[in-house]
This record gives sequence, C-alpha cells and structure tokens, in this order.
Amino acid sequence: MTARIRELDKPLVAVTLLLAAYGLATLYSAGQTDVPSFVTTIWLRQLIWLGVALVAASLVFRVSPRLLEWATPFVYAGAVVVLLFTLAFGTGGGTAASSRSWITIAGHRLGQPSELAKLAVVLMLARWLAERRAAPATLRELVPACLIAGVPFLLIVAQPDLGSGLVLVAILFSMLYWAGTKPSLLLLLASPAIGLVLAFSTIVWGAWIVALFALLLWWRPYVWEGLTVMLLNVAMGVVALPFWRHLAPYQQNRLLAFLNPDVDPRATGWHVIQSRVAVGSGGFLGKGFTHGSQKRLAFLPAQHTDFIFSVVGEELGFVGVLVALGLFAALILILFRIARRATDPFSGLVVFGIAGMLFTHIVENVGMTVNLLPITGIPLPFFSYGGSFLLACAVAIGISLRIAWEARQSGYAEH
Amino acid sequence: MTSFHPHLLDQRLRVARVVTWATLGVIVVAFFRTQILGHGRFQLQSENNRLRPITLPAPRGIITDRNGKVLADNVPGYTVALLPDDTTNLRATLRVMAPIVRLDDAAIDRVLQRYHRAPYQPALVLPNASFAVISALEERRVEIPGLVIQTEPKRYYPDSALASHLVGYVGEVTEQELAAPRGMPLRPGAQVGKDGLERQYDDSLRGSDGIRFVEVNATGHVVREAGAAPTLQPVPGTSLRTTIDVDLQRYIARIFPAGQRGAVVALDPATGEVLALYSAPGYEPNAFVGGVDPDYWRQLNENEAHPLFDRAIQARYPPGSTWKLAVAAIALRRGIVTLHSRMPIPCRGGLQYGNRYFRCWQPKGHGDLTLQEAITQSCDVYFYQLGLKVGLTSLLEDGNSYGFRTRTGVDLPGEIPPDFPSGTEYFDRIYGPRHWTSAVTLNLAIGQGENAQTLINMTQFYQMLASDGQARTPYLVHRQDRPGISLELSPEQLAGLRQAMISVVERGTARGSRLASISIAGKTGTAQNPHGPAHGWFIAFAPAEHPTIVVGAIIEFAREGPYVAPLVARVIARFLGADSTEAANFRIVLPTDTAPTPLQVLPGPPADSTHPDTIPVDTTRDRPHPRAR
Repeated sequence: MTARIRELDKPLVAVTLLLAAYGLATLYSAGQTDVPSFVTTIWLRQLIWLGVALVAASLVFRVSPRLLEWATPFVYAGAVVVLLFTLAFGTGGGTAASSRSWITIAGHRLGQPSELAKLAVVLMLARWLAERRAAPATLRELVPACLIAGVPFLLIVAQPDLGSGLVLVAILFSMLYWAGTKPSLLLLLASPAIGLVLAFSTIVWGAWIVALFALLLWWRPYVWEGLTVMLLNVAMGVVALPFWRHLAPYQQNRLLAFLNPDVDPRATGWHVIQSRVAVGSGGFLGKGFTHGSQKRLAFLPAQHTDFIFSVVGEELGFVGVLVALGLFAALILILFRIARRATDPFSGLVVFGIAGMLFTHIVENVGMTVNLLPITGIPLPFFSYGGSFLLACAVAIGISLRIAWEARQSGYAEH
Repeated sequence: MTSFHPHLLDQRLRVARVVTWATLGVIVVAFFRTQILGHGRFQLQSENNRLRPITLPAPRGIITDRNGKVLADNVPGYTVALLPDDTTNLRATLRVMAPIVRLDDAAIDRVLQRYHRAPYQPALVLPNASFAVISALEERRVEIPGLVIQTEPKRYYPDSALASHLVGYVGEVTEQELAAPRGMPLRPGAQVGKDGLERQYDDSLRGSDGIRFVEVNATGHVVREAGAAPTLQPVPGTSLRTTIDVDLQRYIARIFPAGQRGAVVALDPATGEVLALYSAPGYEPNAFVGGVDPDYWRQLNENEAHPLFDRAIQARYPPGSTWKLAVAAIALRRGIVTLHSRMPIPCRGGLQYGNRYFRCWQPKGHGDLTLQEAITQSCDVYFYQLGLKVGLTSLLEDGNSYGFRTRTGVDLPGEIPPDFPSGTEYFDRIYGPRHWTSAVTLNLAIGQGENAQTLINMTQFYQMLASDGQARTPYLVHRQDRPGISLELSPEQLAGLRQAMISVVERGTARGSRLASISIAGKTGTAQNPHGPAHGWFIAFAPAEHPTIVVGAIIEFAREGPYVAPLVARVIARFLGADSTEAANFRIVLPTDTAPTPLQVLPGPPADSTHPDTIPVDTTRDRPHPRAR
C-alpha cells in the first residue's frame, strides 16, 4: 500500500487536495452571513462528505481498469434504473425544489442520481468506443454512442434538469473526439442543435442552412446521411418555436435573462445581476475572506451551491479567481496527460471523459457568475456544497489515479 | 492503424489543450472586465444595494414664553417604520404587525401610500409608539423584515389645553401640503405645524432633517448601522421666544368661568406684545402629536362649542357698548364735541327718531350728561345723538381708518377681518338705495347694526386709547411694523377718555371690578345675540395713568353668569402683582347696557322693516381645517 501511495500521481493528488481545501474554505465563508442560516454550518457537513469522498476514492483506486470495464454495463444499467426510479418517485431539493432530481427514502435525501449517471455514461461510452478498432466515420456509426448518452440525457432532462443533461452531451462530444471522430462529423452531429439555437432569427438560420449545405458538399458524407442532416436542420427551424413554448417558464426566463439581465431585475435577472455585482465589487484583491457584503447581506443567491464562485470573486478578487482557475486548469491538463498516457483506449477514454465532464462543470458554473453563459444549476467541482457531486468527483479522481498508476506500473508512461 | 496511436493522441491532446486554454482565457477576460474594468460601477451598485438612507427628523424648535418657560417641548418618542423591498412584502409584513400595533385596513392603505411616495425611505407605520409596542415588535423582529424603530423627538405641550389656540399643534403633513410649492420641500410623513404658532412659524421651527445610513440585507432586514457612510446630523429648528406670559395665561385659564365659551386677550399697549391669548373651550394639543385619534377628531368637530375655533381672532361679535369709545373718539377727533359737551336731548329712557322710539338700556333715564359721564353710564340716548351729529359717512370713514375693517395682522394663522361697512354704498347694496334710513346711524353709534368685531381688533382699539393713540400690531414673536393707524387725538383728549373709562370702573357700569390699589380704565359691552343670551364684553387697561396692560375679554351668552369685568380685573391685578384675593371675591352682574329694540311710535307699516337690529354672531360656521380629509 505504501508503495502504491508513493506511486500515486502526485500532481493530481496535490491539485485535488488544494481544490478541496480552497472549496471548503469558500464554503465556510459562504456560511458567514449576517443573518445566520443553515448555510453557516454547512462546511462541517461538507467536511464529513469529504471524508466519505476520500474513502470512496481510495476504494475506487483499488478497482483495476479491467474490473471497471467488466462492471461498466452493470453500472450503466443500474444508473438508468435509478434514473427511471427518480423520475417516478424523485423529489425536489435545494435550489431545484420543483424538479425531481433526488432519491428520497423515508424523508432522507440520499443523493442526485444524475451525478452517478454522468460517470456511468463516461464508462459506458469508453467501453463502447474502446471496443472499436477504428474511429466512427459515419453518422450511422455514431448512433449507438448517441443512444448511450441519449437515454440518461432524456431521463435527466425529464426531471427536469437541463444543465446536467447538457453535461452528458459535452461528455459525448469530448469522448467522441478523443476516440478519433473527425471534427466535421461532430459538427454534423451537432448541427441540428445549432440549427435549433439559430432558429431564433430566420436570416441567421437561413445562412446556417446554406453553410451546412456547402459543408455537406465539401465533406461528402453518405447521401442519405446528408439528407438526414439537412432534414433535421430544417425540422429544427420549424419546431424551434413550439419547442421554445414547450420550455418551462423558468427555463425561458433564464435564457432571456442571459441575453438581458435587466429585463426582470427583481426575479430572473436577480441572480445574474447580484452575482455580477458581487464579483465586480470584489475588484483586484477582493473584500477579504468572509467579508463579502453581497454575500453577507444575502444579496447573493445560492452562495453555497450554484453561485459559490461569486463568493470567491467578491472576497478574494481577481487574484482569487485566477488562483482557482489556475488550479482547475492544472486539474484538467493533468487529466489530459493521464488520458494520453493511459495503458489502453478504455482507460484513456474514461479519463478524457472525466476531464470533459469536470471542464464542462467548471466553464458553465464559472461562466454564469459573470453572465458569460446562461444560468444552469450545475455545481462547481470541489466548491459547491453537495454530497452526490463531491462523491462523483472523488470517484472520478480515484479512477484517474488508478489509471495513472497503471500507466506508471507498466512503464507506458515513460514513452 | 488504430485510432489510439500515440501520435494521433498527441495531436488530439494538443487541440484539447488549446481549446482548454482558449476557453479559460475567455473566462479570465470576462472576469477581468467585470472585476477590474467594471469594478467602480459594481462597487457603487454594491453600496447602493445595501445602504439605505433613513431620515433623522430634526427636533422642532422649542417655544417658550417671555420668561423662557416652555410652551412646546420635545420629548423622546418612538416611531415605527418599515423599509420594504416591494409592495407585496410590505402588505404581508403589515399583516404580521397588525395585531401588535392595531392596524386596520385604512391604516395599512395609508402606509402603502407613504411607501409609494418614497419607496426607498422607511414607510412610517406608527408615528408615536409606546414602549410596550416597541418591545413587542422587537421580540418579533425576525418576522418583520425592514423594521426600523427610531427615537424621534416628539412634541409635548406642557400646558396642554391652556394655550392650545396660541401654540397650536403639529401633525403629519398632508398630500395638499406636500403638493404646495415652498422653499424647503417637505418630507412625506414629516410633522408640521397645523395651527397657532406651530403653523405660523413652521418653517423656522422645523429645522432640517438629517440622514443616517443603515445597512440592509436582500430581504430588507436592517443589519447594522453603516459605519462607512457618514451620518448627516439633523439641524434642530430655531427656538421661538414669544411675548406670552405663561403664568398669566395659566391664571386666565384657571379663573375663566368653567364651561363658558369666550376669549381673553392681553396686550402690552406700548409695544403690541401679546401677553396672553386664551380661547375657551380649548383642546388637547398633545392628542394631535403623531396622528390624532379619529374619535377625538370627530368629537372636536361635532362639539357645538367648536373647541378648535380661536375665539380671540376667528370669531366676530357685535362690539356693543365697547364701541361707544370709538364713536366718542371720532367725534372728538373731528372736533364735533369736547369731553364736556352735552347733547340737546337729555336721557329720559329713550329717543324718538322718525317713527321709532330708540330706548336706552336704563329705562329710568340718565338725565343730562357730558360725554365723559355718558361713557361712564354708557348712555345710549347720548350716543344716538352723538352718532347723528357725527353723521353716517364720517362714522364709517373713521371706523375704517381706525382699523375696524382690517385684520390686526397678529402673527397667528387664521385671523379673520371684522365686519364693518366700507361706506354708505354698503347699505345701498344690501337694502337697495333709498330703502334704508339714518336709523342705521343710531344703531352703529351704540355698537350694533352692521358691525361685528373680533376680540383682537377691539383690544387693539383700546390699546390705542391706552397708549399715545397709535396702533401697534399685536405680535407674539416678531415685532411687526405699525399699521399706521392712529386715533389722531390730542393727549388731553386721550386722557379725558381714559378718565371716563376709569369712572366706568369706579362708579359706572363695571364698578364691581374696582380694585382698591390699582386704577383700571375699561368699558363694558353687551353684544345682542339673536341666538340666545347676549355676549358680554369687557376691555380694560391699567394702571389707568400709565397703562402697561390692555385686557379684552368676551364671554358668549354671558347674561346668566357674566363675570367678564371682574375676570379682566383679576387678570390685570395678577399681572400688576396686586393683591388679587380682593379681586377674586368680586361677583357682580354685568349691567345690561345694551339698548332694547326700538319701539314703533305710530301704527302703520314699519318705516324700516328691513332694518336689521343685529348681525348674527358668526361663531357657528364650520372652519375648514387643514387636517380634515
């Protein structure tokens, strides 16, 4: 065991521990408000969760990639079942009170299965992609991968939790990329979604259809694939309006508030406005640890979960933000390195998928605090309060450490 | 070739790194823009978010009497206000508070109205809360977001009803007052003077409010006093030192016959300083502080005695015989008579004029009198003839120039001008040309007919008699310019009139009020009142040789209990420091020195049936009040 510890990927351990410490300190500060609430002592609970997470990570570290690969279908199936169960019996909780994202037994919220599902999708995609000798070259070959990600995606979006669902999409694309899928194919895969987004303006959408047609002529996929892509894009332009109407009002408002927070500053725009005011008033060095007035006076909403990064921005300023982003960048780059040096395609894909998942969380969560991205309720790794996600992150790091360790043992890393 | 060849992986890794760095780069730029470039703007927003200004009301200036004794004071009070973040919250919060502070729907609406007028200021809920209410609210502070309790100086009138008309009272500013243009804009919810000196000198009494910043959280809870923002201290209002002698005022209130309506005014004849101004019945000015109880307000307005009505400056009464001095002064000034002139017809109880027999108040008659004696005896027959001698035109002309048609200009709000004809056109207008006779002159000569004076006007006339014949504008705080009214009498003539008035007290109609140690000059009067018993007047000054005080008094319906002359005598005695116990024993019945209605001599249609005997006393009209809504 001691030998194993010495063989651990030290940078990853160091960065993870630093992020956990930084996150815990921020969570402690988030609880220091003028009107005490349950958030005040939440850091202690997070500390317990960190202990649990450490145990989970060390347990996962003992699982070899082969055992993991073998267990993957069961994990995936289990995740889908739990998601179905959640959809049927789930409860709302925390900042997403109206959705069914939680498994609750006898009044105790056990966790958010969507976090488990993210890992399950990473594993399942890795297994499916690793089995293939060549990278998927046609859209038809991508269908199984899309289904692997799509089933949990639909189940999670139905909760409804669009944010977590989009993380699955990001995982899918990052892993397809790492498996060697051509970017042009990925673009065609993404084109219906792009068409949907661009449908808000007929002219822009028309330009996109023309551009897509040109690309199809240039890349020359199978004719029926090209036709399908074109038809899907046209269909998206048609269904865009009904789809928009179908969105829940809070989802519409989030998108509208992203475009212009001042539309409704008291309600939907409130989060964005207050978060930007908090971050902006932090300035270069911040207002000092625990001294953020926006947070103290409860102007900052969800300061312990979705908007915890605003606390960093307000209290530790631009410097604190750079430190946090630097640590996150280090984490992602270390994971990239591990993925590159992994002994086998499955391991590499798993680690790259994990990197993609974490990076999506980081970019989306940090980006929305300064209105760079629309608000979605997805947590910031190691910072946001929440057991399930911390556990998922710890498991992910545990897997990554094992894979790094495997590579080092095999000497493959010395390549 | 597998797609996982290290060479291909290296290629993908490079792209992945570039994408990662680029994305993070965009994020860093966004944070740089927000935190470094936008810092100032967001810093300001953050401050605005949490700092709310709260008005620190300035204490009103203290009002004192001439010796520095306090008439209107400030005592610590508590106000309860809410600093809400929107209307729905405010309504809910008010509902939480309702059981503690007894709020009905109307009160809640008023609070909402105040909130809409100034949404970033605390909306006043209770202007004057008791300590019990404050502690009850403090206990439930967590449930009441935005609760602001502050100590606010509260008006207190130590003499309460004794000086209510004089000092006035304060109340919350009304919508109309807010809308009215003025030099310094009023703060909604401010306490402003509503009557009396409080209203007259409101601008200087009010001072200027300060501002204090409190830090609030997102739900409007006041978290703490903001240390960062400086507090602007309120500037207290200017204190007013009045000319009132509060001891005299209290004494008048004490000896004024209980349950009677009337008024007393005391002036310094040399300066016009108002030494006392009392109107009965009074009201409780302390009840108005911080919002009058609607029941009390209704009670005041429905009371037939109209306690809010200042009978010294807002009520007109026929001056009756007190006006005979005016006729005498006019006649002397015009050189028509001297103090020793006699009239052709001696008094045998009446005088026939035209088809009517104008009676004297003394049916037995006074015999042959000089002017001085006629004043002493208040002989109507003498003054009928004197009036005819002066002539209606001169009588009206000089009445106007003596100020019987204009306000005195006392520095109190709401003074009304007396009723007096501007000239003979008045009679043409009222009765039609040639539908009236010189008989109106006879009525005017004895202070009846088309003549109704305020107490302050009549007292000012006697102030002229008591001094050098020049009028001084009565004032309470700031000496006013002289109105330029003069009796235009020689000192000898003035002395003669004073002598006659001394005789009134020594042996004339007011002899019961004689004080052994002081010579008082005065004149009684009885104003006929078609609504009931006559109103009793007495206006006097003392010491008669060098007067230092003029006191005018009127008591409504005084026939049944006329203590007017002794009342005035006791006030004078008190002021001059004489032994008032002697005066206190006086209980005399005021002689009815008003002429009875003239009798028709010959049968037939009355020659001047349109002739009114009296002008009804105008005391019952409803005065529109600033607080009335």
